[in-house]
Amino acid sequence: MKYILMMNATKANFDMYAQWSKEDLQRNVAFMRAFSKELKDSGVFVATEGLGWPNEARIVRAGRDGEPITDGVFAESKEFLAGYWIVDVESPDQACKIAARVSAAPGPGGTAASMPIEVRQVLTSFTDLGI
Amino acid sequence: MGQPLDIPLEQILRELTPQVLGTVVRRFRDFAAAEDAVQEALLVAATQWPDHGLPENPRAWLTQVAFRRMTDQVRSESARRRREGQMVLEASRVPNTTTIDSASQEEEEDTLVLLFMCCHPALTLSSAIALTLRAVGGLTTAEIAKAFLVPEATMAQRISRAKQSIKDSGIPFELPTKQIRAQRLRAVLHVLYLIFNEGYTSSAGPQLQRVELSREAIRLTRSLRELLSDDAEIAGLLALMLLTDARRLARTNGEGDLIPLTQQDRTLWDRQQIAEGVALISATLPKGSVGPYQLQAAIAALHDEAARAEDTDWPQILALYDLLRRMTDNPMVALNYAIASAMLHGPTKGLELLDALKADTRITNHHRWDAVQAHLLEMAGDRDGAVKHYRTAAGKTGSLPERNYLLMQAARLSSELRLGNGQR
Repeated sequence: MKYILMMNATKANFDMYAQWSKEDLQRNVAFMRAFSKELKDSGVFVATEGLGWPNEARIVRAGRDGEPITDGVFAESKEFLAGYWIVDVESPDQACKIAARVSAAPGPGGTAASMPIEVRQVLTSFTDLGI
Repeated sequence: MGQPLDIPLEQILRELTPQVLGTVVRRFRDFAAAEDAVQEALLVAATQWPDHGLPENPRAWLTQVAFRRMTDQVRSESARRRREGQMVLEASRVPNTTTIDSASQEEEEDTLVLLFMCCHPALTLSSAIALTLRAVGGLTTAEIAKAFLVPEATMAQRISRAKQSIKDSGIPFELPTKQIRAQRLRAVLHVLYLIFNEGYTSSAGPQLQRVELSREAIRLTRSLRELLSDDAEIAGLLALMLLTDARRLARTNGEGDLIPLTQQDRTLWDRQQIAEGVALISATLPKGSVGPYQLQAAIAALHDEAARAEDTDWPQILALYDLLRRMTDNPMVALNYAIASAMLHGPTKGLELLDALKADTRITNHHRWDAVQAHLLEMAGDRDGAVKHYRTAAGKTGSLPERNYLLMQAARLSSELRLGNGQR
């Protein structure tokens, strides 16, 4: 079964990250690289992507003529997807364990950042539902 | 039959692909069907040649198999039309396979026409790139998909839509007239340049570098140059690719972190490739018809020839960027001109030039605008300003290694700032 592990953050979180020290950044980047490798080595990796920063984020809706109407103003509390991993695992427990691993990525001073990671199942195609 | 394979089969097939495809398209005038037939012929060759050895004339062998596929298709098509009571295709459209001779000028011309067709302005750039790699480069759809990190089905669809666009636009399979040719050649060079860039800038560490795209672009540009040796911009583009690709190993460290030009270990640069690029651009520039690729190659050559970063010939580089900015409307050139100017006349001069570009949102929306601003402010001693712009640049870039690099620069400067304040 496939799960997506989503790392969400507010604009304030992004701004804080940009102010980490060089050592903290290096430690975090090295952890993320090692984490992806770990997923690949253990045979559960499906996909991962990091997203651009929310500065340029836009919410788009179709107008009456079908043309895009964009909105780039967001509430300070809004959470943005920073990046995700998709893993193929045996159980929801295993997905949660992996999520906890990445939540423990080092933050400022090398202590676990305990970033919240949202874990959601990725639905399979209808054939697997026996329809 | 045949001789054993002493050159990798893949290489032989790739070189033959455009020649064979060109011949088949010329005879049958149906690009999409010809492309499929040639792909099938390549598959047959890939399964038979390793066991039976190379046929005496591999090109003619492939052409015959592709012709046979086309003939079968034309026959079944005409049978279908007969059944439907429609026009029967003339038998004369089925060519006589015994007339295939060895490579001639006509076939070289076919390769060229094929390139012009794949890079036609009627296609979107992404279609042109995919089609060029497949039809002229001889890469499989799966290989192209892997290089661009998209699913194979997506790439297959992109290629088939590109073929459909060619069909719909009624682009004839013939060499464009002299006036149009110059303009179309620019489009071909642009596609080759983009293929090279995709392989070069998307690299995120030695093991992740998509060098095959850069190599393929170099190979295709080389063969284009053999076909049109008198065009100075083709030589310029080839030199630019060689001189840029020569620094590939030094561009990232083992972890995939970006290393800027000034801090690269120059002993890792590929001397042989630099020598080839320098010789090529030195022989091309004096010919007189100087274009943007030649100028960029000349600038790359000056960087490559400096033993240390501080030995860089900035006066010449500045002069070349000055020529370049008069020639193109590319905002990145204006930024590079400002950097070269700062290296020669100091950061204040560079910042003045940046200030003059402020009205151009194409420039100011780009992350490089802030990155250059930050770099020059740091040179000028304004650490606060530099930190701010490094962070803004990090928020705008679309590349993860680049974002990490820019954030690290900001972090390095702000820790220097904190230390500096503490001492006071």
